[in-house]
Amino acid sequence: MTKTAFYNNPRFRSAFYQLAVLAVVIWFGVEFAINARANLEAQNVRFGFRFLQDPASFGIVQSLIPYGEQDTYGRVFLVGLLNTLLVSALGIVFATILGFIIGLARLSPNWLLARLAGGYVELVRNLPLLFQIMFWYLAVLLALPGPRQSLALGLQPLLLSAADGFAYLQRFGAPDAIAQWWRSLAEWIGPPAIYLNNRGLIMPRAVFGEGSRIVAAAFVIAILAIIGLRAWARRRQQATGAQFPLLWPSLAILVGLPALATLAVGWPVSFDLPQLRGFNFVGGSQVIPEFTALLVALTTYTAAFIAEVVRAGVLAVPKGQTEAAMALGLRRKTTLRLIVVPQAMRVIIPPLTNQYLNLTKNSTLAVAIGYPDLVAVFAGTTLNQTHQAIEIIAITMAVYLVISLVTSLAMNAYNARLRRADRWRA
Amino acid sequence: MSATFVREQLVAPMEQPRSNVGTPAWLQQKLFGSVLNTVVTIISAVIFAALVWPAIRFMLIDAVWDGSSRVDCLAETVGRPVGACWPFIAAKFAQFMYGFYPAEEVWRINLTYAIGIVLLAPLLIPPVPYKVLNAILFFGVFPVVAFYLLIGGVFGLPHVETRVWGGLLVTLVITFAGIIGALPIGIVLALGRRSSLLLVRWFCVIFIEFWRGVPLITVLFFATYMLPFFLPEAWKLDPLARVLIGVILFAGAYMAEVVRGGLQAIPRGQYEAARALGLGYWKMMAFVVLPQALKLVIPGMVNSFIALFKDTTLVLIVAIFDLLGQLRASFADPNWATPVTLLTGFAFAGMIYFAISFAISRYALYVERRLSTGVAH
Repeated sequence: MTKTAFYNNPRFRSAFYQLAVLAVVIWFGVEFAINARANLEAQNVRFGFRFLQDPASFGIVQSLIPYGEQDTYGRVFLVGLLNTLLVSALGIVFATILGFIIGLARLSPNWLLARLAGGYVELVRNLPLLFQIMFWYLAVLLALPGPRQSLALGLQPLLLSAADGFAYLQRFGAPDAIAQWWRSLAEWIGPPAIYLNNRGLIMPRAVFGEGSRIVAAAFVIAILAIIGLRAWARRRQQATGAQFPLLWPSLAILVGLPALATLAVGWPVSFDLPQLRGFNFVGGSQVIPEFTALLVALTTYTAAFIAEVVRAGVLAVPKGQTEAAMALGLRRKTTLRLIVVPQAMRVIIPPLTNQYLNLTKNSTLAVAIGYPDLVAVFAGTTLNQTHQAIEIIAITMAVYLVISLVTSLAMNAYNARLRRADRWRA
Repeated sequence: MSATFVREQLVAPMEQPRSNVGTPAWLQQKLFGSVLNTVVTIISAVIFAALVWPAIRFMLIDAVWDGSSRVDCLAETVGRPVGACWPFIAAKFAQFMYGFYPAEEVWRINLTYAIGIVLLAPLLIPPVPYKVLNAILFFGVFPVVAFYLLIGGVFGLPHVETRVWGGLLVTLVITFAGIIGALPIGIVLALGRRSSLLLVRWFCVIFIEFWRGVPLITVLFFATYMLPFFLPEAWKLDPLARVLIGVILFAGAYMAEVVRGGLQAIPRGQYEAARALGLGYWKMMAFVVLPQALKLVIPGMVNSFIALFKDTTLVLIVAIFDLLGQLRASFADPNWATPVTLLTGFAFAGMIYFAISFAISRYALYVERRLSTGVAH
């Protein structure tokens, strides 16, 4: 047996390569640190996180928590983070709804509807998101008329236009009473309370009076009761096979308990309606156009991707599954609920989560139109004022990394659970 | 005497029922089968008409085709409602395409495009031979030629600063440089992630997951504001180069995951056969595994190419004026301020973005179909 040279020994090689990588990484790290130190000194910037306690002295147009110019940069960070989370959460909800509708429409047996949905997906997916955000912001929302010519959204304008339509039909002999009836219905409904203009979306603001806590508590108790009821029904079905009609009792609890609470304490919610005074609206709550543009663009963009995920998920369920369920005598509705949807969801959920993550990361494009998200107020304005580039960008990146990591950990746990449930298949 | 009770000839198949073939049957099945289906069809048709008809009116019928200033695109001048103001695009065309690249040097950009197309087209058409040579020319030689053509400063070409580059030129430069830089990084990271060396694997996992976990904007901010701190003071990096570094690192991490998918799809037997033949790690990868794996992931690579193409718009946030950036800048020109300027600009840029990205995605689909017929299931 010949002796191999030591440099051909696999263990030596493995150790050598790993040490080499480690050495390069350390060398880069040290080099970066030395350079950073020299550059910071040259620019007279002091490294550290002290600046988070300095007053920010700039205003932010939208804030979920009380914020004023005398507040600190730390507070700015919090305001930006909450704004990011707000637009992401709403975007996720709306994009899911729209995405499922469009994904199922693409699978519709109706040729025209399927094509329409397909066209939407192709158009939206092939245009850059930032292009779409700018389009909604500059060409749609800022191009709206000013407050005095606001577009009114709501039931009354809709009813009035219906009345106009019937008034037009009078020329062809339709009775006058119909248009009159629609018009009086519109008056009874009252003026609309939602306005859209180039300063934003103006909506009524709910004012929660005394007793609203009791009603909210009743609502929470109702939901808990329904969860309990479902668990009980499930156990009973597994033990005895007898099914329990869940839908109506659940609805009764959900509506009944809060209704009883309302009867006891009186109607606790009133609305502060917006009113046009002079050149602008007072009262109500105003949503800035930057927020609306970002939300609309994120929703429509992500919905196109979710639609594809949903379509792939439904198509992934083999036809034999549906046919077998039918052969067992299950009804169409039951087949969908017990056979198709659970298997489709298993395929849909991982990429769906990925889309949610993408939406959250894409919300950073807010900075291009001036919506005060984390990147805009913290990595933007705060960085420009304090010049603490290293700290600020590291913090900002860390926030998104944490969101990503937590999501992928949750996803891994979910996949592991699925694999456990899947064991019998292997 | 023989009697057969079995027919000797097959009975000719019956024709399909009339109601099952032809346009009326198709209409009935696909559009008007039931009341609900009919209602859905009508609603869809209304939505379709409400979207498409105004678009056609805006872009063709009501559009203004000739003119030299904003006045020609005002409803008062034309005397009817106006649609798209195409003279605005004509006036800004050079800016949208080349930014502020000196007009007498624009031929250099066009020459670069021409060389690129001549090299790319045969690469994309599968039956054309000499793929390896072609790929080396396109991915290896072309970037160098393009670099010197665009920047200049050699062979008597005047130097053109990247500061004046803009429009579609910057969009394409970032996309191509991004993809060409990301490919080798992606391959190395993917190999590293599947390596048996613990430290190498961990380094690659952390590197990949870091860049994939953060939004591209923060990467661009990192490259623009944070990176200069980490480099020696003497290195004054060009803003475009800084952005390119960020884009390449970001795209490289995504590319690594695409390549890893291909590596995982190669059957174990291929690795084992290569080992049995006595090939070492690098030879096994270079001659057996990677050629197969890279071919498998072409659709995935093309898709990340589309994603990168769309993502290049983000550079306008760090003050690099790509197509979208030039578009936004052009809206500020008071000489062309009309009620339809915004929509005209968005329509034009939208068509460019859509055409390129739609064409590439169709190509990815085509390659995918071709590959899937070659692989036995």
